[in-house]
Amino acid sequence: MSRNVITVTPGMPLTELKETMRTNRISGVPVVNEDGDLVGVISIEDLFRAYEDGAFHEFVGGRMSTNLITVREADSVDTAVQKFQQTGVGRLPVVNAWGVLVGMLTKGDITRGLLHEIQVDTQDEEIARYRASHIFRDIESDETSLMLRYKVPPLDFTHGGEASSKIKRALTRVGADAQIVRRAAIASYEAEMNLTIHADHGGVITAAVDASQVTLTVEDDGPGIADLKRALEEPGYTTTPPEIRAMGFGGGMGLKNIRKCADTMKLESEVGRGTKLEISLRLHTREVPGQKR
Amino acid sequence: MIVNDIVRALNLQVVAGAAALSREITGGYSADLLSCVMARAKAGNAWVTLQAHPNVIAVATLLELAAVIVTEGAPIRDDVKAKADAEGIALLATPHTTFWVVGELARFGIQAQE
Repeated sequence: MSRNVITVTPGMPLTELKETMRTNRISGVPVVNEDGDLVGVISIEDLFRAYEDGAFHEFVGGRMSTNLITVREADSVDTAVQKFQQTGVGRLPVVNAWGVLVGMLTKGDITRGLLHEIQVDTQDEEIARYRASHIFRDIESDETSLMLRYKVPPLDFTHGGEASSKIKRALTRVGADAQIVRRAAIASYEAEMNLTIHADHGGVITAAVDASQVTLTVEDDGPGIADLKRALEEPGYTTTPPEIRAMGFGGGMGLKNIRKCADTMKLESEVGRGTKLEISLRLHTREVPGQKR
Repeated sequence: MIVNDIVRALNLQVVAGAAALSREITGGYSADLLSCVMARAKAGNAWVTLQAHPNVIAVATLLELAAVIVTEGAPIRDDVKAKADAEGIALLATPHTTFWVVGELARFGIQAQE
């Protein structure tokens, strides 16, 4: 709303009102008494009617509309929009809890407010994306890469998946193809949940992103996978405890999902020492013509 | 068809993520095993499941699903609701079975995307 509102008093002559409206280029004006209380609204239509009635010598108080439609300062934008819709008026006086006029609200104010919100949101994201996607061009080196490290605590199912969400966002921002971001997110999620479920002390995911590919390294210090071959190849093979399986984990599919999503995959594990998984995905399909996927 | 259409058609309870009710639904998927969902659900799908723990929202977010429909009145904790609100995932609930929900969705034209 606008706060610097031009107001008139009931005692103002209509001739003076006409001048006020003309010089300020306004088509309606709130009428307040000496205490600042809103007592009416008078518009250019009221002036026309007074002119037609030959009543230009009268005063604002006798010609204003006293059927007041207002909004409170503390009302939501929703309420204001509803009032605009229900009444068909173009502007609403805004009053405080004591009925004192504090501003005027137009439909335009609301539209501008909403547009601004939308623009701020999209601009922020666009700027973030622009900066990120140009990092490999803007920073000069023989080889630039981004290293992102995420610690994954053991058995924290509430935050499980957050590292993968962040990796996904980072890849989107550096401009990777949507399909590749999706595959990286799936592989990363499966690996992250493996750390959450199995690793004694949780583990660390490192995502190394350069202009052409992302390499995810997922490491823990135990317990290690006893039967790598079965874990990688036997459908449904799992060592996940039953109470965690009840939550929908441990279908024996995680490593298979990862292999399906990654371009390269290397898995090393030693019981008592830990597990290290390294996978990579090319960021742009078009850069490798003729490659089958 | 948008999320709000199935909310009304199936009389689902909107538990959280009301901001996502205008999202377009591209198809449907159902499973309670998260790795299955990760492997096969598509962006914009409505996911029908018995699971209602926080990781369900993580999966839905990573896959950019349109909605999660929790069946058989499975209890949904506040932290799950808060996560759905934060991530903008429509979290819907029903006392009906998964089979019933999938049948109704199919009847209203929501297809599998295999």
